[in-house]
Amino acid sequence: MLELFRFHGGVKPASHKQESSGTPILPAPLPQLLVVPFRQSATGAAAIRVQAGDQVLKGQVIGGAEGPFGTTVHAPTSGTVRAIEERPLPHPSGLAAPCAIIEPDGEERWIERAPLDGLAADAELLRARIRDAGIVGLGGAAFPSHVKARARIETLVINGAECEPWITCDDRLMRERADEIVAGARILARLMDARRILFGVEDNKPEAAAALRAALGQERLGGAGEIQVVAVPTLYPAGGEKQLIRVLTGIEIPYGKLGPDFGVQCFNVGTAYAVARAVLHGEPLISRIVTLAGNYAHPGNFEVLVGTPIDALLPLGAPQADTDRIVMGGPMMGFPLADLTVPVVKATNCLLAMSPALFPPPPPEMPCIRCGACTRACPVVLQPHELYWFSRSKNFGKAQEYHLFDCIECGCCAFVCPSRIPLVDYYRFAKAEIRARERDKAAADRARERHEFRQFREEREKAEKAARLAAKAAETKAKLAQEDAAKIAAAQAKAHPEAAPTSEGNA
Amino acid sequence: MHTSPHVLQSTSVRSVMLKVLAALLPGIFAYVWFFGAIILVQIALASVAALCAEALMLRLRGKPVLLFLTDGSALVTAWLVALTFPPIAPWWLTVTGVLIAIVVAKHLYGGLGQNPFNPAMVAFCTMIVAYPQLMSQWPRADFNTFAPMFNAVFSGYRELDAIVMATPLDALRTVLRDPEQRLTIAGILGSHATFGNIGGLGWEWVAAGYLLGGLWLIQQRIITWHVPAAFVVTLAVIAATFNILNPERFVGANFHLFTGGAMLGAFFIATDPVSGCTTPLGKLIFAAGAALLTWIIRSFGAYPDGMAFAILLMNLLVPLIDMGTQPKVFGHKKGPLP
Repeated sequence: MLELFRFHGGVKPASHKQESSGTPILPAPLPQLLVVPFRQSATGAAAIRVQAGDQVLKGQVIGGAEGPFGTTVHAPTSGTVRAIEERPLPHPSGLAAPCAIIEPDGEERWIERAPLDGLAADAELLRARIRDAGIVGLGGAAFPSHVKARARIETLVINGAECEPWITCDDRLMRERADEIVAGARILARLMDARRILFGVEDNKPEAAAALRAALGQERLGGAGEIQVVAVPTLYPAGGEKQLIRVLTGIEIPYGKLGPDFGVQCFNVGTAYAVARAVLHGEPLISRIVTLAGNYAHPGNFEVLVGTPIDALLPLGAPQADTDRIVMGGPMMGFPLADLTVPVVKATNCLLAMSPALFPPPPPEMPCIRCGACTRACPVVLQPHELYWFSRSKNFGKAQEYHLFDCIECGCCAFVCPSRIPLVDYYRFAKAEIRARERDKAAADRARERHEFRQFREEREKAEKAARLAAKAAETKAKLAQEDAAKIAAAQAKAHPEAAPTSEGNA
Repeated sequence: MHTSPHVLQSTSVRSVMLKVLAALLPGIFAYVWFFGAIILVQIALASVAALCAEALMLRLRGKPVLLFLTDGSALVTAWLVALTFPPIAPWWLTVTGVLIAIVVAKHLYGGLGQNPFNPAMVAFCTMIVAYPQLMSQWPRADFNTFAPMFNAVFSGYRELDAIVMATPLDALRTVLRDPEQRLTIAGILGSHATFGNIGGLGWEWVAAGYLLGGLWLIQQRIITWHVPAAFVVTLAVIAATFNILNPERFVGANFHLFTGGAMLGAFFIATDPVSGCTTPLGKLIFAAGAALLTWIIRSFGAYPDGMAFAILLMNLLVPLIDMGTQPKVFGHKKGPLP
C-alpha cells in the first residue's frame, strides 16, 4: 500500500458527477462544418499546409509542427477545405486565430495509418509519432506531450483524479477504455525510463479505478518496475498536477520548477489514451471526450471531433430553456463562452450549461473581514486575503513578495469566502498588470540599451576618428620633420662632407 | 461577466456573525441564572444603540444601509460591550460605550473589516479610564432581584450598597495591596463572599458558559484553536508558575482563567479576525502576548482586569506579527523533502 501525502487546504464542493457519469460515451455526429484552429497547443500555432479548395482525408496533416515546441494539426474527417480564415477561439479573451473551415464529405476516408510497436520501436521514432499525432495535454493545459516525454524520470503519474465538479469525461474514459490508457502509460514510461507508474484516481470514482486495475492485471513494468492504481481522497484540487504529485509522492514542486527536476512527470489519462491510439493504431488526435453537464435534459459524455462548433454539439445534451451561459471547463476554473460558434478544441473537457437556478449569481460582495477561511483553503499555502489587499491597492511589489505567481487560480479561496469577494479576479488582474509592466520594462530596457550602445558607438567612432586624425597628423609631422632633417642633413653634407648624418629618425 | 469559480459555499458574513452570537448564549444563560435578567436589558439596550449608530454611520458614509446593517457585526460588538460592562452600569454608560465602539473604533477607521482595534475593547478602555468608579460597580452574586438593578441602570439615583460588591479580581487586588490586612491569598479566598470554587462566585459559571460556546465555535470552524489555546495555556502557565514561586502573592491558574474577562477574551475577543493575526503562528504569538499582558496588568497594574488593555496593545502589533510569520508557500519549504 502506497503511503499517501496530503496538501494544505482544499475544498469539497458538491461533486455532481452522477448526472453525467452513468451513461456510456456516445459518438457525436458529424457537423456540417468543422472549424479547426491551427493553434492547438499552449506553445504556438502550426504552419498552415492546406488552402481553400483542397480535398483532405481524415487524419491528414493540415498544419505542420513548427520548432521544438510545435504540434501538428490534422483534418478531423475527410472533406473539402472551404476556407482558411480567422475565427474566434474558446479562450477567456475570445481572441481570433486562423482556422481551417472543412466541409465533411461524410465518407470518413482515413489516411493510411501505420501502427508502431510501443514497447519495441525506437524512442525517437515514438516521440516523433507523438508530435506528428498532435498530442497535447488533454487535462486542459494543452502543452505538447512530446516535449514533456523528453524528460528522464523516476515516477510517471497518470492523472485520473478529475477533481472539478460536474466533469466526468476522464471517468467514462477510464471505465470504458482502461486497456488503452494503460498501454499509453506504458509507452510514456518507456520513453522516459520511468521506474514506476502511479495512476491517481479520486476515491469517488471506484468504477474507474477498478477498470484500470483490471486492465493492469498482474503485469509489471519491465520486470523490476512498479505500476499501480491509487485511490486518492476526493478533495478539490487533488487533480491539479502539482497537488496530485504531492499526494502520490510527497514531492512539492515550487512555482517555476517542473516535475522532471524532481524525477516525476504527469500526464492526463486522456493524453495517455491518445498516445496509445497514435502509436498502436496510427491515429492522430482528432477527437476527444467532452462532458455535457449542468442544465441539460440529457447530460452525458460524447466523443467529439476537434473543430466541431459548440453550438452544433450542445443540442445532443438538450440544454434546458433557462440556460443562460455555457462554461468551458468546470465550475471552479472554467470560463464562460462569449460566442457559441467557437469550436471544440483539444482542451475542451466539459461544456457546463448554467442557469440562474442551478448556479445562482453571487450575492453582493462584502468587505474582507480577515476571517482566514481563504488561508485555510489555499492548497498553495498562500495568504489570499493579503494578496487581495495588495492586488486591490496595486501594490504589486508586495503581491509578488507574497508569492502571487505561485497562485494556481484554483478558486478555493473565493469558494469559501464569506464576503463573496471574487478573489481570483484580483489575482488575475495583478498578474496581468505585472506581466504588462515587465514587458514594458523589458521594452524600455532594450530601448535604453540600444540608445546607450548608440551613444557608446558614436563616442567610439568619434574617438577613433580623432585618433586616426591625430595619427595622421603625427605621421605628417614626422614625415615633414624627416624631410626637414634630410634637407638639413643634405645641406650639412654639402657644407661638411666628412660628418656622418646622425639626426635621422628623431622626428 | 461572471468569472470562475462559479460556485460558492453558502457561508456569509452574516452566518459567521450569527454563529458568534449563538455561541455567546450559554454564557449569557449562566449570567442570567446568577445575576438576574438585568444583563438582557443591557444587551437589548446596547443592540438598539449599535444598530442606530451603524445605520446612521452607513448612511453618512454612503454605504448600502440594509446590506451592512443585517450583517450582524454591529450586534456582535453590542453584545460584547454589554457583556464586558457592569450589568448595573447606568444606561448612558452602555450607550456611550456602544457609540464609541461603532462610531469611533469601527466606522471612523473605515467600517467592517477595517478597524485595527477591537471596537468593544476600545469602548471598555475608554470608559474605564473616563468613569473608573462606574465601571467597577458589579453586582454581588447572591443578589439577583431585578427591580433595584433596573433602577440602578435607568434612574439617576443609584442606591447601590445592597447591590454592589467588589469583583473577585478587584477584591483580591485591593486586599493584597493593603499593608494593614496582611492576608495571604488563601486567607483572602476563604474570607470573602465574592469567591467561588475556582473563580468568582457565579462568574466561574459564566466563564464556563463562554468556554462551552467557544468550543462550539471551533467545532463550527468559525474560529481556529490557535488563539484560545495559546491564550488559555499562556495565562495558566504563567499564573501557575508564579503561584508556585510565591503562593502568598500570586493567585493560581484556575482563578485567573475563571474570573474577569479571561474566557470571553480567549474565545470571543482575541479571536476577532479583523483586529487579530491571520497566520497560524501569528495567532499563537498574538494570543500568548495578550494573555501575558493580561496577567501582568492584573498582577501589577492599576486596573482590576487587564484583558481589554492587553488586547488593544496586541492589536497594535498585528501587522508586524503577521508580516513576520508568513507560512512557507507550497514547494518553498527548506530542508529535505518529506
